[in-house]
Amino acid sequence: MARVLLRDLNKHYETFHAVKDVSLEIQDREFVVLVGPSGCGKTTTLRMIAGLEAITSGEILIGDTVVNELPPMDRDIAMVFQNYALYPHMSVRDNMAFGLKMRKFEREEIARRVKIAADILGIESLLHRKPRQLSGGQRQRVALGRAIVRNPQVFLFDEPLSNLDAKLRVQMRVELKKLHERLGTTAVYVTHDQVEAMTLGDRVVVMKDGWVQQVGDPLELYNAPANKFVAGFIGSPGMNFAAVSFQREGDTLLAVNHGLRITVPAPIAARLNGHAGRDATLGIRPEDLHLAGPDDDEGHCFEALVEVIERLGSEILLDVKVGPASMVASVPPTVRTRMRDTIRLALDPERLHFFDAETEVAL
Amino acid sequence: MATTTEAATGTPRTRTRLLEDERWLAFFLLMPTIVLLALFIAYPFMKGILLSVTNTRVGVPGEFVGLAIFEKVWNDGIFREAAWNTIYYTAVTTVFKLALGLWLALLLNRHFRGKAFIRAFILLPFIIPTVLSTFAWKWMFDPTFSVLNWLLREIGVIDQRINWLGDPDLAMGCIIAVNVWRGVPFFAITLLAGLQTISPELHEAAAIDGANARQRFLYVTWPLLLPVTMVVVLFSVIQTFADFQLVYVLTEGGPANATHLFATYAYQIGVRTGLLSEGAAISLAMFPVLFLVVIFQLLYIRRVETR
Ligand SMILES: Nc1ncnc2c1ncn2[C@@H]1O[C@H](COP(=O)(O)OP(=O)(O)O)[C@@H](O)[C@H]1O
Ligand SMILES: [Mg+2]
Repeated sequence: MARVLLRDLNKHYETFHAVKDVSLEIQDREFVVLVGPSGCGKTTTLRMIAGLEAITSGEILIGDTVVNELPPMDRDIAMVFQNYALYPHMSVRDNMAFGLKMRKFEREEIARRVKIAADILGIESLLHRKPRQLSGGQRQRVALGRAIVRNPQVFLFDEPLSNLDAKLRVQMRVELKKLHERLGTTAVYVTHDQVEAMTLGDRVVVMKDGWVQQVGDPLELYNAPANKFVAGFIGSPGMNFAAVSFQREGDTLLAVNHGLRITVPAPIAARLNGHAGRDATLGIRPEDLHLAGPDDDEGHCFEALVEVIERLGSEILLDVKVGPASMVASVPPTVRTRMRDTIRLALDPERLHFFDAETEVAL
Repeated sequence: MATTTEAATGTPRTRTRLLEDERWLAFFLLMPTIVLLALFIAYPFMKGILLSVTNTRVGVPGEFVGLAIFEKVWNDGIFREAAWNTIYYTAVTTVFKLALGLWLALLLNRHFRGKAFIRAFILLPFIIPTVLSTFAWKWMFDPTFSVLNWLLREIGVIDQRINWLGDPDLAMGCIIAVNVWRGVPFFAITLLAGLQTISPELHEAAAIDGANARQRFLYVTWPLLLPVTMVVVLFSVIQTFADFQLVYVLTEGGPANATHLFATYAYQIGVRTGLLSEGAAISLAMFPVLFLVVIFQLLYIRRVETR
């Protein structure tokens, strides 16, 4: 087990700059998730850690060793591929034993380790089968087994669950979490699915266009997104955005657009001081909206036209129009409304976010 | 009931009706293939067998003589030499074609500039009609005008002209070399296609698992390439075993029968000499050998594929 250090990591493909100045310190035993939309450079970063992709500039340390020039086999890592990459001509047992055989382990030790891993993953009865005789979920387990028998310093996962159906994905997610708790091996996990990232990661790294946008634990990303991209990417359904401008009215700061006239709470207003007069984007999560009641301050309410009602059982999602902007509000399943109704919504002022209209950085 | 009465009247409508019956449809669809196979494969094959059990010569209709011709051929020293030559020629060329073809395929499977061009270029020996390229080789082997001799003399390896195709020992080497030259592209391109079906992720997984390049080839590439390899070898063995044009153009089986193969000797005896029955019997001698090779390899391919 070991920490992993990325220092100003860059990757250029001939004309394309895929990974830009990525710096990251991954602690021993930590589970770090790289998340971002397709093509943002997650896989490339992971493959550079694995040694499968040359590093253009920067440094990677595993433990205390600079591994830039080390071939994959000398980095003491194990990788689980998106398509599992099981050796099709070998039995499950041989697939799991291969890495140990290559490293010249004793026969008994190999058998012992394969048995332990198979026990942990519940695949003892499949050991004699060929990969093509297995279901997707079983192959996934074998791929995990192949990684854990080696007892490496670091696990690398590249979207390991994306080929599974939704239900199995949730189940394997839980198992992965348990497995990490049990083994404690440092893990770097790549996914484009923010739910996976939030549930699995001790810390989550959000990437876009090769840049790291924000690094933080899941709640940090959810509560205090560093910019509009992270705010919109984390959370489902995503954060609502509305372009606003600020107006001062006596002591209070107002965020105003065609349908909104929101009183900005004092602590946030203090932060926004230098920004008065300039344009901004207001952000509020669907779960921070509710039907306005008598307790709600007038300055935090607004009118909305119901366009679509999505009943999910545990909650109702209301797709509404607020002036020209579209928003989603998550309300309790007991709420009764109809399409085309005009309703009054209130927002939780503590949970307001503002982003610079140009730089999109959180204000 | 209705169909039979209509069928008897034979209107175009009933013919359409007839085609809707699967058995008739199958028959009609298979007809062209059956006719072609019968005409060009089955008939000559049967005719060959018939010829071989008579004593037919050109201009002399034969009588049935049982297996007498086979016995005669079996006791023919040149036949035995041709049989040995064929086996030797097939074995040696196949080993070289496989080794060189695999090596080329592995090289071509890498990424480099002008990859597509080189891949097409490699196929040239295979595309040129055999007779033409073999004639070119024949000139290169010519004792007087040989570019080979000139080259070897220029760099000082030899001081006498070598009679490439006139020396019984060298002649076999020459036809083997030309066959390998011609056959390697087929091996290389087919094996390359096989290599490209192997996911690069498997090599990456193996590299992470600690396998070096040699071990990755041995434990990942080679086992996964084996089915394709067996098919290529099968085709090549069949073709080489029955090879004719190359030897016919270069040496006509000489010098002193040193390069006669089954096919060239059968032609020599059957057509040139006019002993049709003997020619047929020599040709047929290839059949059991090839049949066994095919059976063995097909069984092996099936075993590998169901593994
Ligand atoms: N071998 C390559 N050559 C050129 N561009 C590449 C190569 N591999 C990846 N890229 C580009 O680099 C970017 C990042 O790719 P990748 O790391 O695979 O993204 P993802 O975040 O979806 O895993 C993509 O835009 C991709 O097109
Ligand atoms: Mg990817």
